[in-house]
Amino acid sequence: MSETVTTLTPAVVVVGAGPSGLSAARELAPRVGEVLVLDRESTAGGIPRHSDHPGYGVRDMGRFMDGPSYARRLVRQAREAGATIRTNATVTGWAGERAIEVTTPQGRLLVEAGAVVLATGARERPRPARLIPGDRPRGVYTTGHLQNLVHLKHGKVGERAVVVGAELVSWSAALTLREAGCRTVLMTTEYPRPDSYALFSGPGKVLFGTKVATRTRVSRIIGRPCLRAVEIEDLDTGHRRIVECDTLILTGDWIPDHELARTAGIAIDPGTRGPLVDSALRTDRPGVFAVGNLLHPVDTADVAAIDGAHVARSVTAWLDGGSWPVGEGVRLLAGEPFVWVAPEILRPGDPVPARRRLLLWGERYIRLPHVVLRQGGRVVARRRVWWPVAPGRVFRVPTDMLSTVDPLGGPVTISAEP
Amino acid sequence: MSTFDVAVIGAGIVGSAIARELAGYELSVALLEARDDVGDDTSKANTAILHTGFDAKPGTLESRLVREGYHLLYGYADRTGIPVERTGALLVAWTTEELDALPGLKEKAELNGYDRTEIVGAEEVYRLAPHLGEGALGGLTVPDESIVCTWTTNLALATEAVLRGVTLLLNHRVLSVEKPVEEHETATILRTSEGDVTARWVVNAAGLGADVVDRLFGHDRFTVTPRRGELLVYDKLARPLANRIILPVPSSRGKGVLVSPTVYGNVLLGPTAEDLIDRTDTGTSEQGLEFLLEKGHRIMPELLEEEVTAAYAGLRAATDHQDYLIEADAERRYVLVGGIRSTGLTAGMAIARHVTDLAGKAGLPLVPRDDLPEPPRMPNLGEAFLRPYQDAERIAADPAYGKVVCFCERVTEGEIRDALHSPIPPAGLEGLRRRTRAMNGRCQGFFCGAEIANLLEADR
Repeated sequence: MSETVTTLTPAVVVVGAGPSGLSAARELAPRVGEVLVLDRESTAGGIPRHSDHPGYGVRDMGRFMDGPSYARRLVRQAREAGATIRTNATVTGWAGERAIEVTTPQGRLLVEAGAVVLATGARERPRPARLIPGDRPRGVYTTGHLQNLVHLKHGKVGERAVVVGAELVSWSAALTLREAGCRTVLMTTEYPRPDSYALFSGPGKVLFGTKVATRTRVSRIIGRPCLRAVEIEDLDTGHRRIVECDTLILTGDWIPDHELARTAGIAIDPGTRGPLVDSALRTDRPGVFAVGNLLHPVDTADVAAIDGAHVARSVTAWLDGGSWPVGEGVRLLAGEPFVWVAPEILRPGDPVPARRRLLLWGERYIRLPHVVLRQGGRVVARRRVWWPVAPGRVFRVPTDMLSTVDPLGGPVTISAEP
Repeated sequence: MSTFDVAVIGAGIVGSAIARELAGYELSVALLEARDDVGDDTSKANTAILHTGFDAKPGTLESRLVREGYHLLYGYADRTGIPVERTGALLVAWTTEELDALPGLKEKAELNGYDRTEIVGAEEVYRLAPHLGEGALGGLTVPDESIVCTWTTNLALATEAVLRGVTLLLNHRVLSVEKPVEEHETATILRTSEGDVTARWVVNAAGLGADVVDRLFGHDRFTVTPRRGELLVYDKLARPLANRIILPVPSSRGKGVLVSPTVYGNVLLGPTAEDLIDRTDTGTSEQGLEFLLEKGHRIMPELLEEEVTAAYAGLRAATDHQDYLIEADAERRYVLVGGIRSTGLTAGMAIARHVTDLAGKAGLPLVPRDDLPEPPRMPNLGEAFLRPYQDAERIAADPAYGKVVCFCERVTEGEIRDALHSPIPPAGLEGLRRRTRAMNGRCQGFFCGAEIANLLEADR
C-alpha cells in the first residue's frame, strides 16, 4: 500500500448520502462513535436535491417540503448528530470484508469500518438498457438527467416533449419540463390505465393539457443529430404513428445501483436486483447492511429514510458483538401480480420490518385487492385492503398479516387477487 | 494557401496512419476530414479486435497487411499507451457442419502464417468459456487474438501526425477535384466545404466515401456498400462472463455474431450485417436488436440478464472486391486506399507503410526525417492498466485526478481537462466520450451528463 493512501477506521461507513444513508448516519452517530458518510456527488442529499417540488418529508419528518429543503435538512441533522459527511468521495472497490477503497480529490482512502451500510440508491434505465431502436439523437433523457440539467445546472431542453411512463416520477418529469418551458405533448404507458395517483392523473391533464396514451410504447426514435419525432405503437392493434417532439423523457423502469454490492459477491434478490436482506436489513456478508431504494427500487424518499433509521438498531447490535445469523429463515417471494417483495427474509427474533410494512411492486392494476399469503401450498392469511395495487408504485402490506406464518414452514408467497 | 506535398483524405485509422507515416519523411502533409473530429465514422464503431489475420483469404493483400499490422500496432500500443489485452479467441462450433469446418480453418490460418490455433473438444470449450450456452460441440482456439481501444488507436495516430507537423483540416469535405491535366502542372486542387486545398499528391482514404472520391478523380473501379453492424454493449458486471473473444464459425447459415470483452471492461454482442444505401444511417433497428438477443441467448444466456449500456451501429465499407484496393496512379499522383473493411483497425499501420512504399515507387520523393518527435503518450482508457482514479501518487500531485466526474466509468475532472487541452481537442460531447469514456457507462449521463456539458461549455 502506498504512503499516499490514507487509512480511516470509523465505527460505521455509510455509502451514499441520500435520504436513507443520511438517516442511518443521524441515528447511528450518537450511539456508536465515528460515522463516516461517503458520497460521490459534490453535494450531499441525494436525489431529492434534483426535485424542486413539494411532497417530501411526510412520513419521516411529519412535514411537507420540497426536495432541496428536505435534502438540506437531512444533511444538517446528520451533521448535528455528529456524523462526518465527505462528498466527492467515490467508493471504487472492496479491500476486505468491511474495508473499501475511495477516491477523493484529497487523495485515495482506505476505509476499514466495523460495519458498512450500503445506501447507494437506484437509477432509471436509460435508453440503451430499454433497447429502443432508431437513431441516437440529442434530446433523450431520463428524469434524473433532466432534473439535474434543469434544477441544478439551469440548462435548457426543447419545446415539445414526449414522456415515457405515466407514474409518479413521470409527472415529476412533466413538472420539470414545464418549468423549463417545454410542453409535454404526450405521455405513453404500456399499462391499460395511468399508473399514478388519481390526484395526478385528473388534475394532471388539466394542468398540463397532456394526453396519456395507454397501452402504447415508443417503438422508434427518429432524428439526426437532434430528436425530431418518435414512433408510437399501439400494443393492442400494432398500429404505429409518428409523434413530433424534440425532447424524449424516459421515466421509471428502476434498477438499483447495486455495483458495489455485486462486486462484493453479496447475494442479490432476482426480483429487486438489490441485495437480499432480512428484516434487520442485513445482507449475507457479516457487518454489511443495505438500506433505501437499493433494496426497493423505488419507493418515496421518506420511506427510504425510514429504512435508514430502522437499520441503526441492527448496526448497533452488531457493533456490540452481536452474531451474524446464518440460514435462510422464512423466504418471502413475490406472487402474481408482484415482481418483488422487500425485505426478503424473516427470522424469529429479528425486528419487524421498517414501518411494519412489507413493500411490493405490482405489474397490474387491482382496485381493491385481497392480499393472499401462501406457505407450503396452503393459504395462511388472506385480507382485503383499501388501497390498490398499481404499476409504478410500491404496494404496502402490513406485517401483522405475517402472524400466522410458520417460522419453520418454508417460503411464503405473497400475491394479490381482485 | 500553400501547396502541400501530400493531402490525405479521411482521418480515420487508415488515413491518420498514412498521414503519420508520410510525415516521417521530408514532406508537408495535410490530413482532411469531412467531419468535425478524427475517427468519427467506421473507425469509432467496430468490434475493436486486434486480429492475427488467421481467417483472412490467404494470398491477399489484406492477409499480408493484417498480419504485419498486428505486430506494428502491438508495438505502437506499447509505446503510446493504447490499451490492448491479449485475451485470445475461441471459435465455437454449435453444429456438426461447423465442427467439420474447423480443420479447414486451422489450415487456412497456417496459410496465413499463423500456426498457433488448436482444435479443442467440447469439454475444453466449456473450461475456456464456462458461461457459454448449452450445445457447443467443439472449437478452435486463437490465442493471440486481442482486444484494443479503437478510439485511442485513431487518436494516437492522428495526434502523432499532428506532432510531426501534419496540418489537420477538420470539417473539410471534398466536394470536387481539379486534377492536373497536363504534365507541367504539379498540383491537384481539392475543392472542399471549407475552401481549396492544393497538393502535389493525394491519398484517398475516405472509407465509406472512397468510391465517391475515386470517381472525382475520374475512376470507376468499385462501389462502397455501407454494411450496418449493430452492436450491444453490456455493463461491466457482465465482464466476468466473457474472459475471451467468442467467435462464430462461418457456415452456410451465414455469419454469426461474436461475444467479446472490451478494454473498458464491458462485453460486446454483435455485429449484425445488413447492407444499406444510406451512408450515414447509424441508427439501430428493431430486427437487428431482436436478432442479437436471439443469438446472444444461444451463445451466452446469462449475458442477457445484465444491463445494456449502449446499443449502436457502425457502418463498414463493404465493396464488390474480395481484397483491399490499394493502387497508385503515378501520372495523376493519386493513391486509392479503398475497400478497407473492419480489418483496417489492425492493418492500418501496415497499410500506411504499403501506401508510402507505392507512392515512393510512383515518384513521391521519400527523404527520411531525423528530427522526429517522440510518439505521444495517450491517456489510458483500459481497465487492465492503472487509471487516474486509482493512482494515489497522481492524485496527491494533482487533486483533479481524484475528482471523479463520471461515476459509472470513473472518469476524473483531470482527464476531461487534459482531453480539452490535447493536441486534437474534442469538438463536442461525442468526441469527449471517445477520449475519456465519460458518459459511456450504465447511467448514460443520469448523474454526470449535465456536469460534463458544463465543463465543456466552460472551456469554450
